[in-house]
Amino acid sequence: MNSNAQAVVDDFTFLEERDRLQLLLEFSEQLPDLDARFGENPELLERVEECQSPVFIAVEGNLERVSLHFSAPQEAPTTRGFASVLSSALNGQSAQEILDLPDDFPSMLGLDRLISPLRVRGMRGMLSRIKRKTREIVAQGN
Amino acid sequence: MSETSRISGYAHPDVLVTTEWLEQNSASVKIVECDEDVLLYEVGHIPGAVKLDWHTELNDQDKRDYLTGAQFAELMKAKGIDRNDTIVLYGDRSNWWATYAFWVIKLFGHEDVRILNGGRAKWIAEGREITKAVPAPTAVNYPVIERDDKTIRAFRNEVLEHIGKPLVDVRSRPEYTGERLHMPDYPNEGASRGGHIPTSASIPWSSAILEDETFKDVADLKKIYFDTTGFDPSDDFIAYCRIGERSSHSWFVLKYLLGVKNVRNYDGSWTEWGNLVGVPIAVGEEPGVFAR
Repeated sequence: MNSNAQAVVDDFTFLEERDRLQLLLEFSEQLPDLDARFGENPELLERVEECQSPVFIAVEGNLERVSLHFSAPQEAPTTRGFASVLSSALNGQSAQEILDLPDDFPSMLGLDRLISPLRVRGMRGMLSRIKRKTREIVAQGN
Repeated sequence: MSETSRISGYAHPDVLVTTEWLEQNSASVKIVECDEDVLLYEVGHIPGAVKLDWHTELNDQDKRDYLTGAQFAELMKAKGIDRNDTIVLYGDRSNWWATYAFWVIKLFGHEDVRILNGGRAKWIAEGREITKAVPAPTAVNYPVIERDDKTIRAFRNEVLEHIGKPLVDVRSRPEYTGERLHMPDYPNEGASRGGHIPTSASIPWSSAILEDETFKDVADLKKIYFDTTGFDPSDDFIAYCRIGERSSHSWFVLKYLLGVKNVRNYDGSWTEWGNLVGVPIAVGEEPGVFAR
């Protein structure tokens, strides 16, 4: 696991269970605003169907550096929190580092008893789509 | 039809309050927010409201069951709610979890519990005040009341006995028919079988609400729950969904808006029934039959 992802896991698991929701809330507040060009070109974004709230992702870049973009409404803080966690763990990493993140990463945050299983599964859905789009970048070979 | 005239048409109009009423009476009631998104309260809530977390606070941790009487009394004390208080519940997603909390609170017989018609979305859409300030609950005493599992709650054996009488499946259509949802990397791990309990009618929970998330008027509700199903309103009803939360919403509609006397929520729902050994299921569009 890359060092950013490890740091996120450490931040969560260091806390008492009840405080982890507060940290997820802080992550949700730090989700970067979506780049304006996506507003003009919504087709660049893909909807994550697995999530209960509308969330869209875009994955761009090359083998050395992949950028992640997320869009989720303010009224969906849990979804925003998950997106922000994935952004902290993976944005700017190499394609290989993204693919190397364990699929079980969402469960490594220690939130399984605090957040419903469907929600955690939504985060897995986000991660698997990020990986699929990263594989497309790898397949293009640039 | 105005919202207040819709409310006055229900069998128990006293269990619903309007956003306007709540704004004027907020000081004399205990407001409780219960959301599917467990971080939503922190983003902003109705002034004076306390948070109730449906996922961590309503269940016994050592048993798949709801709180015991003693645990419930502790929960109410922690929220600053007295046995004689009027509780007004509201939440996201058309009050889906608010009605779930309503049902759990009613297992303990708390007398005066109400739902904010239209829930969180309507309050915010109307531009009413929200705050991030968390109220400090006042010290109260709440008696230990044993949970009543007979009146409004159904267990699997009772459901088996009930087949053939009014059963309402409130899940989405594909869940009812048993169609498998194959999304990439999204395993269907909720139940080992898809389908529904034989003879149940498919009435998705959202059939009961309007676009502004308030409840439809009583005439429309009667059409949906009685006319199209042929169910007799004087009969006993059971509602179910996947884990018992969406069906609390329909349970609320049947009991308080339509006035069905005996209606129970089967909280085991499809995650239990779809995994039970030896019980019948039906697949497809038709309710199906079950010969004993």
